[in-house]
Amino acid sequence: MTEFILGKYNYWIYIVLMMTGFYAVIAKKNLLKKLIGLNILQTAVFLFYISIAKVRGGTAPIFLEGAEVIYDNPLPHVLILTAIVVAVSTTAVALAIVILIKQAYGTVEEDQILEMTEEG
Amino acid sequence: MREHLPILVIIVPLLTALAVPLAARVKRILAWYLTLISTAVSCGLSFDLLLTVMRTGKVSYWLSGWEPPWGIEYAVDYLNAFVLCIVTCLGFLVAVYARRSVEHEVEEHRTGVFYATYLLFVTGLAGIVITGDIFNLYVFLEICSLAGYALIAVGRKREALVASYNYLILGSLGAIFVLLGTGYLYMVTGSLNMADLAARLPALYHSKVVQTAFAFFVIGLGIKVALFPLHTWLPNAYTYAPSAVSAIMAATGTKVAAYAFIRVMFTVFGTDFVIYRIHTTQILLVLSVVAILAGSVLAIAQTNIKKMLAYSSISQVGYIVLGIALLTPTGIKGSLLHILNHALMKGCLFLVVGAVVYRTGLTSIEDFKGLGKKMPVSMAAFTVAALSMIGVPLTVGFVSKWYLVLAAIETGLWPVVAVLLLSSLLMAVYFWRVIDNLYFVPAVEPAPELRPSSASHSSNPHEVRDAPALMLWPTVISAALCVIFGIIPFLPLAVAEKAVSILLR
Repeated sequence: MTEFILGKYNYWIYIVLMMTGFYAVIAKKNLLKKLIGLNILQTAVFLFYISIAKVRGGTAPIFLEGAEVIYDNPLPHVLILTAIVVAVSTTAVALAIVILIKQAYGTVEEDQILEMTEEG
Repeated sequence: MREHLPILVIIVPLLTALAVPLAARVKRILAWYLTLISTAVSCGLSFDLLLTVMRTGKVSYWLSGWEPPWGIEYAVDYLNAFVLCIVTCLGFLVAVYARRSVEHEVEEHRTGVFYATYLLFVTGLAGIVITGDIFNLYVFLEICSLAGYALIAVGRKREALVASYNYLILGSLGAIFVLLGTGYLYMVTGSLNMADLAARLPALYHSKVVQTAFAFFVIGLGIKVALFPLHTWLPNAYTYAPSAVSAIMAATGTKVAAYAFIRVMFTVFGTDFVIYRIHTTQILLVLSVVAILAGSVLAIAQTNIKKMLAYSSISQVGYIVLGIALLTPTGIKGSLLHILNHALMKGCLFLVVGAVVYRTGLTSIEDFKGLGKKMPVSMAAFTVAALSMIGVPLTVGFVSKWYLVLAAIETGLWPVVAVLLLSSLLMAVYFWRVIDNLYFVPAVEPAPELRPSSASHSSNPHEVRDAPALMLWPTVISAALCVIFGIIPFLPLAVAEKAVSILLR
């Protein structure tokens, strides 16, 4: 039981982080806070990928001449580099849209925007 | 040279996308010419690819020569080649159409960037279809989605921004779920190649990790397909996007996601897993039936034509998923045909709406009064596509619905047969409303001061005439294809049959 909770603590952190982000995306009315939630969610996924790459006693995957090294699986690291790039671009596009929304509506609060849409 | 064709389908539009904004600095119109040429090349290459597949059965391209499962593989079989042709062909048709529409709806200094984003969108769609690597699929999914968010935000009204933002949030959630599903699969199999995964997974069917991965994929791709109740991003996104963007998205966006859905369900996880382990088909069956009915009913309630077509898309997605859920060869054949047919029909309908926006600046169904006389060719195309949506014989809509009904009868699901017929009736209701306005209601002359300022092209309604040739041709071609494939459906049928036999192996 302790092994299940403490031994896999990185996965627990991933789940807690993911749910925190997910909650923020769904529940927050402020468009920027939603984005922060999305970022937390994405970071949680990065942590998950890094966790599955870990090999017990492993070290950085660098090839040493003549030495037997146990190293972590580098593939998830590479995958997550791609996903980080994607997350950065998503955030960039989203922030650009939020700036335009602020210019067009004068607010970034979802309920106020909804009110204005219904009036118009 | 010939063996590099699969990668060129992706590389040509991708690299052109980089060149287009630079070309637009030299001369604005160059951007459009480059877009046109590269989509034409991409389209030609994918038809050549389809012919190669028909000759040899399968094309496998190894990126930089790395042997799969270590390297990324582009695996093209009947299914991809078929969807790839639809995507690139519509990408080309809409590119032809875009010139006038974009001149009208997009600010001039933004056209270069607009075409670049358009090309990225098409690249992403083609990439999702062609790749045989599941992580690569995620990357292309994000390329196409990010380009899509930007394209929607270009729309003139400020509602376009909110629609784009909402799509971004939901779309990113969907992509994150796909990414997580990929991670879970990698965790237990150590592989990312779809064919390799398919070989490794049967031994792990009992694993909770694999089952969780499947759930992530279904939800993630479900958002992208806009499967009810995950469809909420779609209506506003289609409504407020510029006309050309609505057309390409409605025609290809959800279809490509549906392809990814089919690919992951049948090729990666396999039919045994889908049917016996998780009973996905029952869930999908219920959801798709609700989608078909709810989409149609909501479409009837709309006054804005773009929104009506968007809700109708939700019910059409229901058809595609229904065929998958029935899980018989006939049903899946119906789904695959409906991917092609709905792309043609909905593409054509949105193109006509774009032409109306170009000439009048209006999108309310009321405003279609008397347009049948003023824009005879466009409206004839609209009528053909609308009849095809309803499923009138001799049009493509009839062919795919025929197979779906057959599949429902084969499996003995009579309520589903009733739903299919009822939804055709509902579709007849909402399309008839438009056709009635087109041909049987005389035009009303609105007071000049009530006309929106964006209608600068025709301050006088008497000047409303048919769309310019560049907008008319793509519309007419897609409408003509609706009839041609409706009367002689043998070519798409033959390809779909082969694809089904590969999927249900």
